[in-house]
Amino acid sequence: MTNAVEVRGLHKSFKDLEVLKDIDLDVAPGEAVVLLGSSGSGKSTLLRCINFMEEPTSGQVRLNGDLIGTEHGGKMRYREADLCKLRTRIGMVFQHFNLFPHMTVLENVMEGQVIVLGRSKAEAKDKAMAQLGRVGLEEKAPEYPSRLSGGQKQRVAIARALAMDPEVMLFDEVTSALDPELVGEVLKTMRQLAEDGMTMVCVTHEIGFAYHVANKVCFLHDGKILEQGTPQVVLKTPETTRVREFLDGHSLFKLPD
Amino acid sequence: MEYTWNFASVFAYWDVLVIGLWGTVKLFVICAILGLGGGLVMGMLRYSKSRWISYPAMLYVEVFRNTPVLVQIIWFFFALPVVTGIEVSPFLAAVLGITLNTIAFSSEVFRGGIQSIEREQWEAGKAIGMSYAQSMRRVILPQALKRMLPPLTSRGIEVFKMSTLASVVAYPETLQQAKLIASYEFNPIEAYTVVALMFFIVLLPLVQLTYLLERRFGRSDA
Repeated sequence: MTNAVEVRGLHKSFKDLEVLKDIDLDVAPGEAVVLLGSSGSGKSTLLRCINFMEEPTSGQVRLNGDLIGTEHGGKMRYREADLCKLRTRIGMVFQHFNLFPHMTVLENVMEGQVIVLGRSKAEAKDKAMAQLGRVGLEEKAPEYPSRLSGGQKQRVAIARALAMDPEVMLFDEVTSALDPELVGEVLKTMRQLAEDGMTMVCVTHEIGFAYHVANKVCFLHDGKILEQGTPQVVLKTPETTRVREFLDGHSLFKLPD
Repeated sequence: MEYTWNFASVFAYWDVLVIGLWGTVKLFVICAILGLGGGLVMGMLRYSKSRWISYPAMLYVEVFRNTPVLVQIIWFFFALPVVTGIEVSPFLAAVLGITLNTIAFSSEVFRGGIQSIEREQWEAGKAIGMSYAQSMRRVILPQALKRMLPPLTSRGIEVFKMSTLASVVAYPETLQQAKLIASYEFNPIEAYTVVALMFFIVLLPLVQLTYLLERRFGRSDA
């Protein structure tokens, strides 16, 4: 079966700093993959290379079998118009929500459908309401984002991405900016998506979420994938001391059972 | 010192002043539209990633921002015909001077306004597949314009008042007409006071209108 996302030999450098060093990553359709690692390990950059928010320095990315860009003498070349089209096929949710503050919740979720996909307003509105229903925020449709809590904002951002009917969803530390008590509602929404069979790649620090929801966990360290496998294996019986240290750091102050 | 104020000697020429006000409004409307519209374009050129575009734009802005409009108008009226052989009317000279100056100043407002919008907003547009132009038009500019309204209002007021500089090439706007009245009636204090009053009466409601606009724009910030 064709992978939803296939990354091969991906390198990314910012000036002299090599952030990603020869990454291979497969995401099967319907799979939820979680990228773990400390800050600076390159996990967010990897995520952003999948939808070309960052352009890889070298290497190849395929989306459902389609190679992104064209090859010229061993170097990949990308046309901005092609990348725009690619990004309509991949949804992305950010740490800081990035909702459009000058638009209502409904307009936020309609915007890409109307402006980018060229859907009629009526169709876009139906789709938007359906996705807002999916994240449990139908009644907030006429509100402006400034009236919502952080958790609600993030769920609107998820609906905005879903309304484009993406083939893959990318989540970039989407609960890191939330009050602890609001984290749950966003994670629940994401788990529901995973159960609905959405293909997802998530960068997160929520180890518990990775354990319960992910089909695969990749641990990045220093620009490379150090370990990958099922969460049961990687999170319970890690092979390397680096991963063990990372996990120990996360469970340092656990409540007693 | 005794001074007898004689405003009647000014108001007797009300028709002359109306012609002047009409000239002022014409200058204002044309210079404001061209100046602010051009400022938006120039602001985006200044913001361009390519140095071949942003550097010349910067040079333009600095030249027109750092030279007096009065001198520019005089120059366009007297020197441009000498250089190019094209006859320049007082109106055109004034429009050129005021517009080019307004482009320079307002482009800075536009550039600052556009740059004040967080990078994350660009990313959000990009992530749903928007092109640069789509993000600019739908996401960045609407937010930036809201923030720019107060400084743009100041620019607009400035354009209205700058129109008096056209009197240097005898274009019949309000100040020029008052000058005429003053030279006939020897009442410059009264004539110019009336000019100030006229400007105040016209500008104050205009400015109130922009306050109303600001409040309407502010809805989403609640």
